[in-house]
Amino acid sequence: MNYTLDFGALLGNGYPSLILGGLVTTLQMTLLAWLLAFALGSALAVLRMLELRALNGLIALYVAFHRNVPMLVHILLWYFGVAAIVPAALDDAVNFVGGEFFYSTVAIGLVTAAYVGEDLRSAIRAIPRGQMEAARSLGLSYLQAMRKVILPQAFKISIPPLTNQTLLLFKNTSLAMAIGLIELTGAGREIESATFKTFEIYTVVTVLYLAISLLLMLGGALLSKRAAYAARTR
Amino acid sequence: MLEILSDNWLLLLVGQWPNGPMGGLVATVGLALASLLLAFPVGVLLALGRISTHRVFYWPATAVVYVARGLPLIMFIFWAYFFLPLVVGASVSGAATMVAALVIYEGAYLSEIIRSGIQALPAGQMEAGRSLGLSHMQAMRRIVLPQALYNTIPSMLSQFISTVKETSLGFVISVHELTFAAAQVNNILLTKPFEVFSLLALTYFALNLVLTGIVRLVESRMGGARTRTAAA
Repeated sequence: MNYTLDFGALLGNGYPSLILGGLVTTLQMTLLAWLLAFALGSALAVLRMLELRALNGLIALYVAFHRNVPMLVHILLWYFGVAAIVPAALDDAVNFVGGEFFYSTVAIGLVTAAYVGEDLRSAIRAIPRGQMEAARSLGLSYLQAMRKVILPQAFKISIPPLTNQTLLLFKNTSLAMAIGLIELTGAGREIESATFKTFEIYTVVTVLYLAISLLLMLGGALLSKRAAYAARTR
Repeated sequence: MLEILSDNWLLLLVGQWPNGPMGGLVATVGLALASLLLAFPVGVLLALGRISTHRVFYWPATAVVYVARGLPLIMFIFWAYFFLPLVVGASVSGAATMVAALVIYEGAYLSEIIRSGIQALPAGQMEAGRSLGLSHMQAMRRIVLPQALYNTIPSMLSQFISTVKETSLGFVISVHELTFAAAQVNNILLTKPFEVFSLLALTYFALNLVLTGIVRLVESRMGGARTRTAAA
């Protein structure tokens, strides 16, 4: 193994700004896909609580389809498949923000929404029925009771699984490199093929991913600790 | 879509085999099977490390688990792609690279399942084993692990479904599996991407629905077996 380490080689040719740009793209994707996943996931969980048979079937199908098909295949389906059949006007709008970014963010958000919806649903079911009944008898509408009484408690209960989903979502943004998006992994690959400093650049990318992942884990742990503390002192 | 399937089903099922490497759906299932079987001993060792009171075992195992939780699988694949040839001293096939990456990654996830299985057993099991004169390792091997591993079979089978999905990442390093085969079909047809990738998604969907059904069946059988023993 003749390999001399040379991290200095990564400092030239605008490589630092390439990596930084990739990191920013990864974080933007994480944030946007997270918002989509949590908004849609909450909606799915609430709609499922209505106990309408046809709607429940549709949501169950949505969840099964998104959980049983690999994330990468969803990304390919959106980027190559859906992009080919959308109207031209919409296609132009999408290309304005970048098709790779748009379609992979949508795919990752929609898949994660299925998981978030299931986590929230089981949390909602863990809340005593009396909570809903009490809220309704105080004059709140079903949706008001959901929004003001049930969902806040459900989110608190499901902080650990939702932290995990957030972490997985963050890691899954790396799959966008398969369709050519220059996010953190993609930027690392670009620099690797330009410099052949494989070990050095992968080390940099690995450290960045791990640092952010550990921050997310720590944030989740702090949140659930605070929620437990708030519950005790209430 | 049916026309695409009837024209290309062989490529989607086995890839270029027998004129080339095994590919398609068969390779996807094969890769997942090989990865999870090889990941199993890694998972057991990591789980033992995670519950060990010796720092030399605890810290390395914990580090591996946290790295696997925090680093995308695709980076494991790239690391394996880089390291394996250096370690082996010869070029390594894409499939072997994929299995190596999955063994570490899945081993870490399996270890968390196995660890929770061990910790879910009453402490009295280990204590009873020790008081009968078994050493810690003997009690672990003969009393604790057999029960813990049996109880976690459903979770480990679910992990197989995750592994099947994860083999799709082999596409990135051109491993001949299902996603790769579909991309080939798409490159031949050029004009039907929506149909081809929908077909691909539906294939994974069907495969994993079958696997989920098997997991449910095993789970209900085991649940029945355990309640019977408890009642007896």
